[in-house]
Amino acid sequence: MAVLDIEQPNSAPLSTVAISNTHGEDSPFFAGWKAYNENPYDELNNPSGVIQMGLAENQVSFDMVEKYVEEHSEESSWGKGAPGFRENALFQDYHGLKSFRQAMAGFMEEIRGGRAKFDPDKIVITAGATAANELLTFILADPGDALLIPTPYYPGFDRDLSWRTGVNIIPIHCDSKSNFQVTPEAMEAAYKKAESMNTKVKGILITNPSNPLGATIQRSVMEQILDFAIRKNIHLVSDEIYSGSTFSSTEFISIAEILEARKYREAERVHIVYSLSKDLGLPGFRVGTIYSYNDRVVTTARRMSSFTLISSQTQHLLACMLSNKEFTQNYITTNRERLQKRYEMIINGLRSARIECLKGNAGLFCWMNLSPLLEENTKEGELALWDIILNEVRLNISPGSSCHCSEPGWFRVCFANMSEQTLEVALRRIHDFVEERKKGKLN
Amino acid sequence: MEKGNRSRQVLSRIATNDKHGENSPYFHGWNAYERNRFHPTQNPQGVIQMGLAENQLCFDLVEKWIRENPNASICTREGADQFKEIAIFQDYHGIKEFRQVVAKFMEKVRGNRVTFDPDRIVMSGGATGANETFMFCLADPGDAFLVPSPYYPAFDRDLRWRTGVQIIPVDCHSSNGFRLTRAAVEVAYKTAQESNINVKGLILTNPSNPLGTTLDMETLKSLVAFVNEKNIHLVCDEIYSATVFNSPRFISVAEVIQELEHCNRDLIHIIYSLSKDLGFPGFRVGIIYSYNDIVVSCARKMSSFGLVSSQTQHFLTSLLSDEEFVDNFLSKSKKRMAKGHHDFTKGLKQVGISCLKGSNSGLFFWMDLGSLLKEQTFEAELELWRVIVDDVRLNVSPGSSFHGLEPGWFRLCFANMDDQTGEVALERIRTFVLDNGKKGDEGR
Repeated sequence: MAVLDIEQPNSAPLSTVAISNTHGEDSPFFAGWKAYNENPYDELNNPSGVIQMGLAENQVSFDMVEKYVEEHSEESSWGKGAPGFRENALFQDYHGLKSFRQAMAGFMEEIRGGRAKFDPDKIVITAGATAANELLTFILADPGDALLIPTPYYPGFDRDLSWRTGVNIIPIHCDSKSNFQVTPEAMEAAYKKAESMNTKVKGILITNPSNPLGATIQRSVMEQILDFAIRKNIHLVSDEIYSGSTFSSTEFISIAEILEARKYREAERVHIVYSLSKDLGLPGFRVGTIYSYNDRVVTTARRMSSFTLISSQTQHLLACMLSNKEFTQNYITTNRERLQKRYEMIINGLRSARIECLKGNAGLFCWMNLSPLLEENTKEGELALWDIILNEVRLNISPGSSCHCSEPGWFRVCFANMSEQTLEVALRRIHDFVEERKKGKLN
Repeated sequence: MEKGNRSRQVLSRIATNDKHGENSPYFHGWNAYERNRFHPTQNPQGVIQMGLAENQLCFDLVEKWIRENPNASICTREGADQFKEIAIFQDYHGIKEFRQVVAKFMEKVRGNRVTFDPDRIVMSGGATGANETFMFCLADPGDAFLVPSPYYPAFDRDLRWRTGVQIIPVDCHSSNGFRLTRAAVEVAYKTAQESNINVKGLILTNPSNPLGTTLDMETLKSLVAFVNEKNIHLVCDEIYSATVFNSPRFISVAEVIQELEHCNRDLIHIIYSLSKDLGFPGFRVGIIYSYNDIVVSCARKMSSFGLVSSQTQHFLTSLLSDEEFVDNFLSKSKKRMAKGHHDFTKGLKQVGISCLKGSNSGLFFWMDLGSLLKEQTFEAELELWRVIVDDVRLNVSPGSSFHGLEPGWFRLCFANMDDQTGEVALERIRTFVLDNGKKGDEGR
């Protein structure tokens, strides 16, 4: 809901969207960033600074990307003598480079072990998944309509899906009793909530693998979600941005596989969002895609992508990189192994501090349970604990409430955006903090 | 009408209206070109593309620079050490050096008569994204912006489609060279008020597309005064600012407000892009510049939906910080545009076809074919246009697509072709005019 929180100067008024706070930047999720920016940890220069554990970035596999670029420098840029520059600089066709779409389709297939096929002509390019999610919302829902989203969810969704679109998010509450997996009861409850508010539900949006849970959605649950969408005749958006960051090659079941098994019945209501920001660690390049089984959505999304195309320079680089099978196969396999190793490192480290996490199998973070440490089992209690962890333990982690989690005490902790040494420092700090907390109350 | 078929998915109103603008008849011209592209040797009878406002005159200079500066690319051996840092940089403030060079470039284009604050520079997905973002920031659905006509056709989509904002055209007439007047703006504003339409601002494209003319200081001052009086916004799309090849020189709104003592700067905003001046439409570099702090902050948050690739920011930072290159580029670009414009307009004049007097900018010229119309109607204009596309084999843009009031005007782009192709195009028009001149009504 838009809340007016900026005093309008004596000037031509701005739009309602401009003065609302639906952009969400006043939440603690972003406040932690400020604390980090003011006092960032550095192994040598600032060893007591704030360690950034709130940023879901993949920095464990850069060496492979760098190696590819060094070994294929001419083909991934404009070529020796820059003969490819002119055509590339002029290319603004919103279909996107065909070679890029083909490479993306192939990459998405590889990630899914060939268990699903993707048609390059159903791929629409956008400047990041941020743009893809907003764009799909503009297409699938009118202002005042709602999307159902399982909690806990990525805090950025409040901005991406609601801010300029005027669409509401209605949470599907998930809790630890079901390991935070979506249940049919929870979906029905959310749908009924919408009905009681006289709000039309237009779709359900899931993130699989989940952010912030760091876990894939089980096949049976995916089937239930799709069946629910069919029953209610609504759309299903599957944000699979972390699909290449699963630790095993078989535990991730994409909605594409489910559709394939069902011979693409009801596929027209399904849309997949993907990006290279997480799996490849290239958030700066703004590479997002929408894949839709619905031709009208593809056509409309493509037209809308005019507002948010990918730089042709970057499309070219990635077309080369992702069509190189030697690179992609090695990258996907090695990246999985390294992420798994990191995950085990943090889980074991937390366990030795007697902190448990949700069993995870994907992503760049783990979902940590600090509820035993809460003074009171409330959102306020959680934020109080978060504040101490940020300012005294000097770790920027994300409180579950910023992810709209209904159960207090859970925190998302990122582990792939730092060196192993830094992660060890962070684990040590957590260990010390928990010990202190148990011995006597901290002030 | 949607069938009752349950499997046909319901989409939003935005998705199913036609404000995307693509159902227009003008696609016939694009299709004709796509099916039968001109090539000097391989297809000399093909359709010549004169409907695309692209600047292809100075790529040789950029290509040379790229060869000499391999570290500008993070994909070369020389530049690869920056790869990781650039690839993870997603801060919506943008790379600081990038904003600094863009600010300097904009200053240079304005003869260093103004200064731009890099902290007021916000990125967007091309000028397309910038225009839309301003609407989201400045207007609510149902509000309106005044837009002088004739105007860039895609404004219908960019300003209105997802924002729900309306366009109120401000009429300009050939009788005074299509010059925008404060009086015309007042009329449009008043009419809107009387229909209970809430006008939030005025958008100017200066230099103008499709006219290829610039606004003079007096007019600009009067328009700034107007928006101040009505307390509405002024958005100046200066995307063609470096395509001014003849006098009068370009006067930016930035220069105007420097001269005015009493101007509420919170109302003033500029759109820029590198798609036209530099010829890089593929790189999607849109720039929002606002003198209003809240708008800067809001637009910056919105830029998350359309940031410039950090790889591209990095490359452009290198390119544009080379002052020698920039000076040489701007100077050669001007010269080549002036020549192209001159050659065409002179050649057309020789067969009795006039282009808008005083045009000094843009990648196109605004041509008057009124004397060739069977009757002074838009139907006749469209008919003439089809003949030009199908028989003369030139994809030109008919005036009606720019929402002009007077039939018979056409926009022809000249900066997207080499001299050889230009000569062929000119010859085809001259031949057509000479063959058909006798059939037309008395000239005007």
